[in-house]
Amino acid sequence: MVSNLNGNSAKSDCAQDAIIVEGISKHFGKIKALDNISLNVGEGIVFALLGPNGSGKTTLIRILTTLLIPDGGTARVGGFDIRQNAASIRPIIGLAGQYPAVDEDLTGKENLEMIGQLYHLGNAKSRTRSGELLETFELADAGNRRVKTYSGGMRRRLDLAATLVAEPKILFLDEPTTGLDPRSRFGLWDVIGKLTKDCHTVFLTTQYLEEADRLADKIAIMENGHIIRVGTPAELKGCCGGETRVKLKLVDPNQTKQALELLRELGKDQMNSIEATGDISLPADGGTAILSDVVRRLDAGGIQLAELALTQPTLDDVFLAITGHAAENTADTKKTM
Amino acid sequence: MEKMSAAISDIMVMTKRNVTRYIRLPQLLVFNAMLNVVLLLLFNYVFGGAIQKGGIPYIQYFLPGFLAQTVVFGSTQTSVGIAEDLSKGLIDRFRSLPMARPAFLTGRVIADGIRYALLILLMIGVGLAAGFRFENGLVPAIVAVLLVILFGVALTWIGVFIGISVKNQETAQVAGFVWVFPLVFASSLYVPIATMPHWLQYFANVNPVTSMAGVIRALFLGSNPAAGGASLAKYLWQILVWDAGLMLVFIPLSVRRYVQLAK
Repeated sequence: MVSNLNGNSAKSDCAQDAIIVEGISKHFGKIKALDNISLNVGEGIVFALLGPNGSGKTTLIRILTTLLIPDGGTARVGGFDIRQNAASIRPIIGLAGQYPAVDEDLTGKENLEMIGQLYHLGNAKSRTRSGELLETFELADAGNRRVKTYSGGMRRRLDLAATLVAEPKILFLDEPTTGLDPRSRFGLWDVIGKLTKDCHTVFLTTQYLEEADRLADKIAIMENGHIIRVGTPAELKGCCGGETRVKLKLVDPNQTKQALELLRELGKDQMNSIEATGDISLPADGGTAILSDVVRRLDAGGIQLAELALTQPTLDDVFLAITGHAAENTADTKKTM
Repeated sequence: MEKMSAAISDIMVMTKRNVTRYIRLPQLLVFNAMLNVVLLLLFNYVFGGAIQKGGIPYIQYFLPGFLAQTVVFGSTQTSVGIAEDLSKGLIDRFRSLPMARPAFLTGRVIADGIRYALLILLMIGVGLAAGFRFENGLVPAIVAVLLVILFGVALTWIGVFIGISVKNQETAQVAGFVWVFPLVFASSLYVPIATMPHWLQYFANVNPVTSMAGVIRALFLGSNPAAGGASLAKYLWQILVWDAGLMLVFIPLSVRRYVQLAK
C-alpha cells in the first residue's frame, strides 16, 4: 500500500537549503527545552525529527513557524530570518500542529475557504482550492457538514488539507499521524510522500521510528533538547550494528541476563536488549544459519523463546544503540493506535 | 495600500467567522438576551415604585441607562470568547498565517458590535412594551443607539485585553465582574447621583456609564426633566473622550499581548 519513499525525492535542481538552524536555544523557566540546536534541511525532501515526548520537537517547530521566539541562536526558513522577517515566512509555510486546528462550528468547506482567504488567495481561488482538497482528502461528501460531526481521522485530514490550501513551499507537520488508526495512518503516509514535488519541503516530527523510516529522506534523532544523530535512514541503520539482525523475545524476561551470557559469543559486543520485556537483538553475520545456533544455545540453558526472527535493521535498533535505551514511548504510542 | 486592503480583508474574514459562530450557536445569544429582558422588567417593576422621579414613569429614566448597561455586561463575554479561542489549537494556525496581526482581535470586536446592535434593538422593543416613549424624534434616537454601540466597542477592547491576558475562560469571566459592577452601579444608571454619599459622587460623576446614560437620556427624551437637566453637550464630550481614551489605551495593549504570545 505504501511505497518506500526513501531517497527518491531529493532532486538535484532543488539546490537551496529550505531551513537552516544555527545554535537555537529555548528555556521555559528552568527547563531547557532546546539546547544549542543546529541543522540544515535541503529543499525537496521529507525531513523527520524523531524523538520521544518532551524531547523538544514541538518547541523547534513552533520556533520555525514564527509562533515562538527563541532565547538564542538564529534560523532561516525559506531564506528569511525568523526574527527579522517573520512576516515574509508566513506566506510560504503551512503548519499542522499536534492537535487538529480547525473551527468546529464551521463546515469543512468554510474552514478551508477561510484559510485560503487569510492566505490572500482571493474568494474564487479559495473556493476552487477548497473543493479540490476536499476531493483529495475524501471529505467531499462531508464538506458541508460542521466539523463538530467529524471523526478524529476526518479532522486530521481536514487539518492537513488546511495546511495545503496555499500550496506552501515548506510544510511543518507536528506528529501528523499520532492518534490515527493504522488505515488512516497509511493513507496519510501516501499523501505526505507526494508533497515534495516542485522542491517543496516537508518537516515533520514523529515518535514512530517506523514512520520516520518510511517517509523521511533525512532523519534527526532528538532527545532532551539535543540532536544526537542526523542521517539518511540507510546511514542511521548502517552506523550501528550489522545489516541484518536476529531478534528474539524470551518467554520469561527475568532470564534476559542469563540469555545474554549464553549468546555472548554470537553477539560480538553488538547485542542490544531490553530487560523489562525480554527483547534481545544481535547481528546476523552468518545468515540464517545463526538461527539454529541461537536456539541450540538457549535450549541448552533451559530458556524458552516466545519469538525469533531474522530482520532488517530498524531505527529501533539505532535508537537503542545511540541512546542506550529504547524509544521510551513506544509502549504508550501503541495504546493510542 | 495593498497591505491595507489585505488587512481589511483579513478583518472581514475574522468578523464573518465570529458572526457565523454566533448564528450557529444561538443559545448564548438567546440566553444573554433573555437575561437582559428579565433584568429590565425586574428593575423596572421592583425599583420603579420606590424611585420616583417627579411623577415621570421610572422606565423613562431607567431604559436609557439600561442600554448602557447592556453593552457593559456584553463586553465581559468578549473576554471569555477570546480566552476560549486562545485555549484551542486554532490560534496557532491563525498566528502562523500571513494575516494582519490585529485581524484576529478586531474581527472579534466588530462581531461583538453587531451583537450589541441586536441586543439594543431588542431592549428598546421590550422597553416600548413596558411603557417607554421617545420624546425627541427619530434622528436623535438613532444617533443615541449608534453612540451606545460605539461605547460598547470601546469597552470591548478592555474585554479583549483581559481575555488575552488571563487566557483562561473561568478567570476571564470573574475578572470581567471586577470592573463591570462598580461601573454599572456607581453611576446615574439606576438612581440619581445626588442620592449617593459624597465620596462616591466623585466617581459617579466621571464614570463613563453616567456620561453614556446622560447622552442617551438627552437624545431620547429632549427637555424632559428625566433627562437629568444636564446639557447634552457636556455628556457627549465626556463619552467621546472616554471612547477615544479606552481605544487608544487598550487596542495597542491588546495587540502587543497578541504579538507577545510568541514569548
